[in-house]
Amino acid sequence: MTEMSPLHFKEAAVRALGDAELQRALGNMRQGFIEKRTNAAARLPEFDALRDKAKEIKDHVLAHLDHYLEAFEKSCVASGGTVHWAKDAAQARDIVLNICRLVGAETVTKGKSMIGEEIEINPFLEEKGIRPIETDLGEYIIQLRNEPPSHLIAPAIHVNKEQIADAFRQHHRDLAPERPLSDRAALLNEARRALRERFLEADVGITGANFLIAETGSTMIVTNEGNGDLTQTLPRIHIVLASLEKVVPNLDDAMTLLRVLARSATGQEMSVYTTISTGRRRPGDPDGPEQFHVVLLDNGRSKLIGTEFQEVLRCIRCGACLNHCPVYGSVGGHAYGSVYPGPIGKVLTPALYGLENARDLPNASTFCGRCEEVCPMRIPLPKMMRHWREREFQTRMIAPRARRALKLWAFVAAQLPSFYHFGARIAAWWLYRRGKKLRGRMTSLPYGEGWTRFRDFPAPLGKTFQSQWRGPRRHRRSESLSGGQRP
Amino acid sequence: MSTARDQILAVLREGYRGRHEPAAKVGADARVARRRANLVPARAQPENRKAALGMFIAMAEEASATVARVHTMIDVPNAVADFLRNHNLPMRAALAPDPALDAARWERRKTLELRKGRAEPFDEVGISLAWKAVAETGTLVMLSGEATPTTLNFLPETEIVILPADRVVGSYEEALAPLRSNGEDSAKHALPRVVNFVTGPSRSADIEQTLQLGAHGPRRLHIVIVDGAAGP
Repeated sequence: MTEMSPLHFKEAAVRALGDAELQRALGNMRQGFIEKRTNAAARLPEFDALRDKAKEIKDHVLAHLDHYLEAFEKSCVASGGTVHWAKDAAQARDIVLNICRLVGAETVTKGKSMIGEEIEINPFLEEKGIRPIETDLGEYIIQLRNEPPSHLIAPAIHVNKEQIADAFRQHHRDLAPERPLSDRAALLNEARRALRERFLEADVGITGANFLIAETGSTMIVTNEGNGDLTQTLPRIHIVLASLEKVVPNLDDAMTLLRVLARSATGQEMSVYTTISTGRRRPGDPDGPEQFHVVLLDNGRSKLIGTEFQEVLRCIRCGACLNHCPVYGSVGGHAYGSVYPGPIGKVLTPALYGLENARDLPNASTFCGRCEEVCPMRIPLPKMMRHWREREFQTRMIAPRARRALKLWAFVAAQLPSFYHFGARIAAWWLYRRGKKLRGRMTSLPYGEGWTRFRDFPAPLGKTFQSQWRGPRRHRRSESLSGGQRP
Repeated sequence: MSTARDQILAVLREGYRGRHEPAAKVGADARVARRRANLVPARAQPENRKAALGMFIAMAEEASATVARVHTMIDVPNAVADFLRNHNLPMRAALAPDPALDAARWERRKTLELRKGRAEPFDEVGISLAWKAVAETGTLVMLSGEATPTTLNFLPETEIVILPADRVVGSYEEALAPLRSNGEDSAKHALPRVVNFVTGPSRSADIEQTLQLGAHGPRRLHIVIVDGAAGP
């Protein structure tokens, strides 16, 4: 396994581009998710109005997070739950471990949780002698393969069925060798069989939360497989891992967010299971856990309040920005080296782990803006990536040579505009001449080897943007309106 | 040493410096207590009961559930038995011990072997009663409780849900409304341990992004709609 760190983005991206299997999987993804989301959005005339409403709800929450968290805590405790606050990953891990130890837990089943990934709960529990078992099919597959997830909602998107069969044969000791695992249905049945036993033997079930509801003290999860529900219904203890910003004021607000979540994520009208959990098993209840714990994780989020990054906390983890991102679509999730890949990861990773630990991520963008266009919460991701780039420049994190070049460019463009335009015209003319010879694509540039090593430079048309802008604009505008062809 | 809770709240309040404090708290409390749907799509506000039922059936079938309709509760056991026979399933099931289901007089259908209570790992079929159903997306709303164990919705490979037609509503908000407190003490008026929205049978696309039914929960979801009143 390659080392997971955002610091190796460039190398990891190059490797990913050469990985034929990964490229095939990513090709499928682009077709599937994008088309399904488009259709789901088109079917609901109120979809965009719901997005506006959803954004408004989260903006309101983020302006009153302290009050809503206190309200959530109060309702949760009143309905028989226990709330734990964790400043960072280490505190959250210790809280989980203590609960597990108090009940003498040996096995823990887990529903899919990004917070679980963020605090790296699995290796920690293993080290302490407790066996964590992922039950979401995709998460289970990557757990057997000892890999991190590569997509927010499709964690094993990079794995093919032969690799899954290999993983099952290696890890399922009671699997007869002659049993065929060549088709997808056989693989699903085998996973279902193996995990069924784990569900039944687990002492503790850990799930994430899509929303926390202050009104009722409830947590809410959205799944398609039903694994989250078995995880939280069968064991004696249910632990919910959630980050602070998941809280919403009331059930009406949760329903609004629910209407944009599945449509943005998988293009479904509604996910199969949406579960609202409140407190522990009631007197007379024939099933359900005896204890209900909610771990509220901060891990750097509270610091974002009042900054230019506050809006990133609106994210509901649907994954639409990944599905529509040309960079994610080319390199997949692992290259980012972070629990949170894709456009949201480029903004969230430096916010949670520090810019010095996320160096290349804010730069891994074409600024095409599709992420912002499809984001159900309308998070201005490109703008935020630019904020990080500015900070990178200010804090002298970029290479001194690039820094000097940028400074020189800024000085010339701002202080000596006519000199700058003269130079730009010459450069554009020269590049045009050279580009014609090379049929429009240049594989190297003087002083630009660092850039062209990984990319081709499209030859410009011979005029600078500024001179075209100053040209007969009105004329061109009417031309383009009439189809751009001269009669 | 202050607790993690105090430290987190302190950092948040640092970020909120300049906010008008008493108003912020009053506003948040009012919002928590508010009972008003934000934006309910037109689709979720069908003209009448018949339109709601029609939409529920269409959306549930789109989500790969199957639907049967019967006149009264008395007809339910036959509908259940037909479904089981047609799918080559055993005539054995765990049944929700809800008194409302007694009106079906299950004992008249002698080939059907039923055990009242929660689902156990060996149960292949579970039969339960829906609290509500939402037309908007063909979603069943199931509550946990003594009469309707949650395991019935998830453990068996086949889930059969009995739905009296008058329980179909337009939107999620409508389905939840009777469960919510109206200002009284929330401890006395907590939601049931779980409220399950169920839209079709379990599924996964985690293997090569190809959709397959029956991941961990039921492979089949069959809904028996009872058109007449719930009683005989």
